[in-house]
Amino acid sequence: MKDSNKNQLLGNVHSIETFGAYDGPGLRYVLFLQGCPLRCKFCHNRDTWGTDDNKLMTVDEILNDYHKYRAFYKNGGLTVSGGEATLQLPFLTELFKEAKKRNIHTCLDTSAGTFSEARIPEFEALLENTDLVLLDIKHIDDEKHKWLTGASNKNILKFARLLSDKKIPTILRHILLPGINSQDEYLYRLRDFIDTLDNFIGIDILPYHTKGIMKWDNMGIEYELKDTPEPTKEEVAHAEYVIKHNYKYMQIN
Amino acid sequence: MSKAWKGFKSGNWQNAVDVADFIKQNYSEYTGEGQFLEGAVESSLSLNESFKDLLKLEKEKGGVIDLDTKVASTIISHEPGYINKDIEKIVGLQTDAPLKRGFFPEGGINVAVKSAEAYGYKVDQETIDLYTNVRKTHNQGVFDAYTPEIRRARSSHIITGLPDGYGRGRIIGDYRRVPLYGIDALIKDKQEQQLGITFPMTEDKIRLREEISDQIKSLKQLIQLGDMYGFDLRRPAENAQEAIQWLYLAYLGAVKEQNGAAMSLGRIDAFLDIYIERDLAAGIFDEIEIQELIDHFVMKLRMVRFARTPEYNQLFTGDPTWVTAVLGGMSNDGRSLVTKTAFRLLQTLYNLGTSAEPNLTVLWSNDLPEGFKNFTAKVSIDTSSIQYENDDTLRPLHGDDYGIACCVSPMAIGKEMQFFGARANIAKALLYALNGGRDEISGKQVFEKSKDNVLKADVLDYDVVMARYEKTLEELAEVYVNALNIIHYMHDKYAYEKLEMALHDRDVKRLFATGIAGLSVVADSLSAIKYAKVYPIYDEASGLITDFETVGEFPMYGNDDDRVDEIAVEVLRKFMNYIRQNKTYRDSHPTMSVLTITSNVVYGKNTGNTPDGRRYGEPFAPGANPMHGRDKSGAIKSLMSVAKLPFEDAQDGISNTFTIIPKALGQSITDKGSIVHLVDDVQVTNLVSLLDGYFNSGGYHLNVNVFNRETLKEAYDNPDLYPNLTIRVSGYAVNFSNLTDEQKREVMKRTFHEGF
Repeated sequence: MKDSNKNQLLGNVHSIETFGAYDGPGLRYVLFLQGCPLRCKFCHNRDTWGTDDNKLMTVDEILNDYHKYRAFYKNGGLTVSGGEATLQLPFLTELFKEAKKRNIHTCLDTSAGTFSEARIPEFEALLENTDLVLLDIKHIDDEKHKWLTGASNKNILKFARLLSDKKIPTILRHILLPGINSQDEYLYRLRDFIDTLDNFIGIDILPYHTKGIMKWDNMGIEYELKDTPEPTKEEVAHAEYVIKHNYKYMQIN
Repeated sequence: MSKAWKGFKSGNWQNAVDVADFIKQNYSEYTGEGQFLEGAVESSLSLNESFKDLLKLEKEKGGVIDLDTKVASTIISHEPGYINKDIEKIVGLQTDAPLKRGFFPEGGINVAVKSAEAYGYKVDQETIDLYTNVRKTHNQGVFDAYTPEIRRARSSHIITGLPDGYGRGRIIGDYRRVPLYGIDALIKDKQEQQLGITFPMTEDKIRLREEISDQIKSLKQLIQLGDMYGFDLRRPAENAQEAIQWLYLAYLGAVKEQNGAAMSLGRIDAFLDIYIERDLAAGIFDEIEIQELIDHFVMKLRMVRFARTPEYNQLFTGDPTWVTAVLGGMSNDGRSLVTKTAFRLLQTLYNLGTSAEPNLTVLWSNDLPEGFKNFTAKVSIDTSSIQYENDDTLRPLHGDDYGIACCVSPMAIGKEMQFFGARANIAKALLYALNGGRDEISGKQVFEKSKDNVLKADVLDYDVVMARYEKTLEELAEVYVNALNIIHYMHDKYAYEKLEMALHDRDVKRLFATGIAGLSVVADSLSAIKYAKVYPIYDEASGLITDFETVGEFPMYGNDDDRVDEIAVEVLRKFMNYIRQNKTYRDSHPTMSVLTITSNVVYGKNTGNTPDGRRYGEPFAPGANPMHGRDKSGAIKSLMSVAKLPFEDAQDGISNTFTIIPKALGQSITDKGSIVHLVDDVQVTNLVSLLDGYFNSGGYHLNVNVFNRETLKEAYDNPDLYPNLTIRVSGYAVNFSNLTDEQKREVMKRTFHEGF
């Protein structure tokens, strides 16, 4: 693609939150991109799966919009989430590149469902301008992962490894689903895996919540995990202990 | 140097009355967090329990514990009063018993009688006769001079809340002068000021000479008040306890002499801190004792009471007295004025529980120390009891020793005062524009100059409506300013604030503070006319436009949409310019506020259907807020719309009341165990970012509430369980349980920001 066309790259935007307090440090401008390759049974943004055009925006449009609210983001920045942000990799790469030119802290919220070894160069180009990754690992067991999300976790774990090799500061996000990934077996396996990585600066165990079911209902689609309860405080505390106790985080200055 | 001033750095403050210089020479900036703070000691807890019992009793008795109906309140009208003399470290009450309200007939005898009768008290006929036949009151003077235009505007409620029957308030005495100099020196200064007013004796000079004589009399009474409580206010205060006591008695003198609507305290944090730090260093007090003094002092400020009429209470509910005290802010030399005493004053919200008074107001600057920013944000999250004003906006105009009167009104302490002026209902004015100056409810012809036929149209045309609206606003401004001119002339004449003005320089700058209500209703209504189709509906009997059918979408104020936000800006500018066209009393400088207090409910009640879809009687949004539930694009976009309102055309303040649920600020630390430093508390740092963002984007004022709608619902259903739930309304805080039912429901309907 020619340079002059780069700014004409269009992002397919699901929605924008100007007051994000959960997706990265500080207050953040959170861009939700449309479309996701995973089919997580517990997805709480079911309406972001489709790749049909929603709201099309250029990199400049987004960054100019960000600029209006920049005074709020002194300790925060820009987070791109989804859907799956990396489904629109060229656009995303350009967006982060331009954002860094404007000194904006960039954060990628991803489940890496689009990653493959063949695409390493493309992803490396993105990571060059990525300050922080929020990496969502849904299940450590590949078979269970396939059942839960419709896809293998192999590439996702490889992406985790790539982030570690490149020392990209990363926060692990793990949604705790009782009876699905909350068993000790899976928690310890996940812990074993992340002990082999050395780029994590934080780990968030996020208790599964049922608020997203409404969106499925609204779309008239059946929600399979109706019987999965929200985890108890004790279950969360236990998972936190297994995954986080004495974890060796990467030190950043 | 005298004992009082021992250890202080010298400066101009020793040659002239110049408290700001004293502060600048002597204060020590504090850049840390709140770890040094101490909790409440036994005496504070015990007094606080007594106070709470009194509050309960006050509520049981229908709002008033006792009310004097015989003795007109003056600085020395009552014997000393105490809560528990043996343990009170800071003493002084408005009357001879706690929460007993004084009798203030000078504003208007009828109003004073009505206030008393509202609570079942009867004023002696002799007193009534005295203030009817012998001594004229402010209220009488005003009505003697009111013109027919003003009377019509007043009774139709297009102008509401005029201080023609109550004390205007919003004047801040520089109470610090009493502890710093002692009253003898202040009287001497006033005498010298008077000598400087020489021939020819023009009206201005005669008035000023008379005023200064009155000021001196009040200062002498203040000495007597000190004597009654056993303190020699003739001399300067010699230690921290005396400094607080002297300062409090000066303030107490003001609230004994005047029942102004807002009796604000000013800026005392760095001033008191100088005495405190000096005494701490000398080992005279320790931190526990200092906090005890502050707690006792603040408890007294919580006890200020006035008797008000039911009509007044409807406008300003919850017994507000606006003991506004500003904290922090920056100095012009680049240091912040944050001291440990700003923290100590905030700490009272923990030590004594949350409270509506004093109205603690943080002067926010981008450059404030991080530790103070974090601490104030934490206090907001925990108590929803404080408000913020933009110091970076105000400092260039008022210098670095200003305070806030009432909610948002800035003035340099001891150097500026204001003529407070209620507010004009510009939403109703829009209906007048359509109906040719006739009232949409009564049908009466209220405006004469802009009188016209009722607008005949199938669909309302923006330009046509705007042209008529401009004429209406111009007339509204003229009637309004002239009404205020009469009011303030009479107030100066019959209810002059002798003591408060004694604690001012001789030549003060006077601000003429007008106000508006209904800005968001007007912006959305005009936006509907411009971007959707608004079909007027005519009442057959009167021929007036009394309703509208609005078809189609239109942008609404509160979503950072320039199409409508610019309409709000334009209307504000226009009205301010019309105000400026008029001559103002005593050559005062005209300003305007976008502030309603709780009167947004009453303004709504008196305004017919509006083109934005608001129904007759429905409350307006408070202050400059977007209408309830219409700011749907998230917290930041809502704030950004309000931040666009231009300060230069609303120099008396732009009030924004903001409510956010705790969760929207990020993960609560209670999920993460205890923390040592506030900088690790995500909710705290995010609220700081929000405040930084709003004020750096040009925002003027923010009331911050952090709670869930469910909490209010619970408090609404079970008032006994929440006797002290404090919330910020418009420019002040109020005990939720003291609101009227209507106001409670209105507050619950407000937008609660849940994120994005």
